[in-house]
Amino acid sequence: MTPVLEARNLKRDYHIPGSLFKPAKTVHAVKGVSFSVEEGKTLAIVGESGCGKSTLARMVTMIDPVTAGEMLIDGRRIDIASEPLTPDMRSKVQIVFQNPYGSLNPRKKIGDILTEPLVINTKIPSGERRDRAMAMLKKVGLEERHYGRYPHMFSGGQRQRVAIARALMLNPRLLVLDEPVSALDLSVQAQVLNLLADLQEEFRLTYVFISHDLSVVRHIADDVMVMYFGEAVEYGSRDAVFDNPQHSYTKTLFAATPRVDVEAIRARLARKGRPEL
Amino acid sequence: MSLLEIKNLVVEFQTASGPFRAVDGVSLKVDEGEVLAIVGESGSGKSVSMLAAMGLLPWTAKVTADTLTFNGRDMQAMSDSDRRKIIGKDIAMIFQEPVASLNPCFTVGFQIEEVLRVHTDLGRRARRDRAIELFQSVGIPNPQERLGHFPHQMSGGQCQRVMIATALACNPKLLIADEPTTALDVTIQKQILDLLMKLQAEHGMGLIIITHDMGVVAETADRVIVQYKGRQIEEADVLSLFSAPKSVYTRALLSALPENATGGRLPTITEKLTDAEIFAGAVR
Repeated sequence: MTPVLEARNLKRDYHIPGSLFKPAKTVHAVKGVSFSVEEGKTLAIVGESGCGKSTLARMVTMIDPVTAGEMLIDGRRIDIASEPLTPDMRSKVQIVFQNPYGSLNPRKKIGDILTEPLVINTKIPSGERRDRAMAMLKKVGLEERHYGRYPHMFSGGQRQRVAIARALMLNPRLLVLDEPVSALDLSVQAQVLNLLADLQEEFRLTYVFISHDLSVVRHIADDVMVMYFGEAVEYGSRDAVFDNPQHSYTKTLFAATPRVDVEAIRARLARKGRPEL
Repeated sequence: MSLLEIKNLVVEFQTASGPFRAVDGVSLKVDEGEVLAIVGESGSGKSVSMLAAMGLLPWTAKVTADTLTFNGRDMQAMSDSDRRKIIGKDIAMIFQEPVASLNPCFTVGFQIEEVLRVHTDLGRRARRDRAIELFQSVGIPNPQERLGHFPHQMSGGQCQRVMIATALACNPKLLIADEPTTALDVTIQKQILDLLMKLQAEHGMGLIIITHDMGVVAETADRVIVQYKGRQIEEADVLSLFSAPKSVYTRALLSALPENATGGRLPTITEKLTDAEIFAGAVR
């Protein structure tokens, strides 16, 4: 079976033009990353800010062209620099952004937000667009009466549901989730993660899940890729990466993640009693 | 005697649709050398209650409390100018967005020396030496040079260190950290938390950490207060909170942690709980 997404030695450079006082320079944001994701699986990409994970997401979503390397979606080679993006390709990959307060147009009603991808990419008549949007609202746990409301009338968790619904309107194969729960409260985070798991099962969706929260990654991912300064320093199945991290950066990352188990708290309190240790 | 003592704090905001109660009957105590964590989701009134205690809320807020004392002095009866002498000196605060909380128009050196100029009678040279010493203590490399930098020239973690250094400038007795690491990467979060804990132990100051992150609570606190919609739901020492949470809300919150998940789905009990059930299950 061909994987839904395959990347071979993917690279992306950004050119920063120089000025009178500064020479031009090139930033190598992603320096040759390879991975593949099978249908219905979740690949988590972990790393600190500036490590290139969002650049990778922009390439996979066909927002930014790749500088070098190959990207195959559903077995088909994609290069938006040399051929224009077709509606067919556009509907294969969709993205959900981190901040649901910034990613929904405040002047559009929820219904218009949801039907917009259909208006742009398909020839579906307006009556059916509306029906599909209504059905999608229910799928993501919202109600039909929310159709005519504006984004400011919703809470953060509800907005993220709208953003997910919008991404699913074109029946994509692959969903790129760029830190979808990091702006949400703990209980809302749990609800959105459950929704994502339900939708993945129902539609056989493939996820590329970008996060810096290792506990969330451990819960949701099948495979994990750790990025550091534009390179993939660790790539493997979730259990392999979490149980036996190889790279020193991965180990640092694990050590820095706060632990909430009772044993860890007991150990910390014991250390505190004897500060000389 | 406790450092900060608050009894039955109520904060109301006047809105177009009538008064809104953001904090409803919060009571807390912090002793010297103690780390208290106030944890809650957004809208739980955790930041507002601390801002009210420091007198930093706008005039639209109506603050009432049975007791509001710092170091035995009544903060409510105090004049504004008296309170300003305490705030920034004996009580200091660190805010969530380090880059946004620093003034972009001034160098970080100016901003840290400003605190010393207002609250101490140190001379210009002595202020600069103290600023360098503070930058060293929070682990900013190259302090002499860094003092002349503007906030935009520094990373988020470095800006947070500047904020901490500024807060510690006058050796405060109480430090309030409002979501000190929320905007930072995990590795930087670890460094900042370790730094806060080290400085707290060295100076023996009281520390209040406001957070929504159970991980931060587990890594830092001695005692924890859980808040929901402006009310106090539970108060316990950190070990008993995590090992045997008493209120339904705390239990629901802990079960929603991905670390504690057992099956493929996370339990979302808070969704099913009504406010009345949560408040009824509150334990002090």
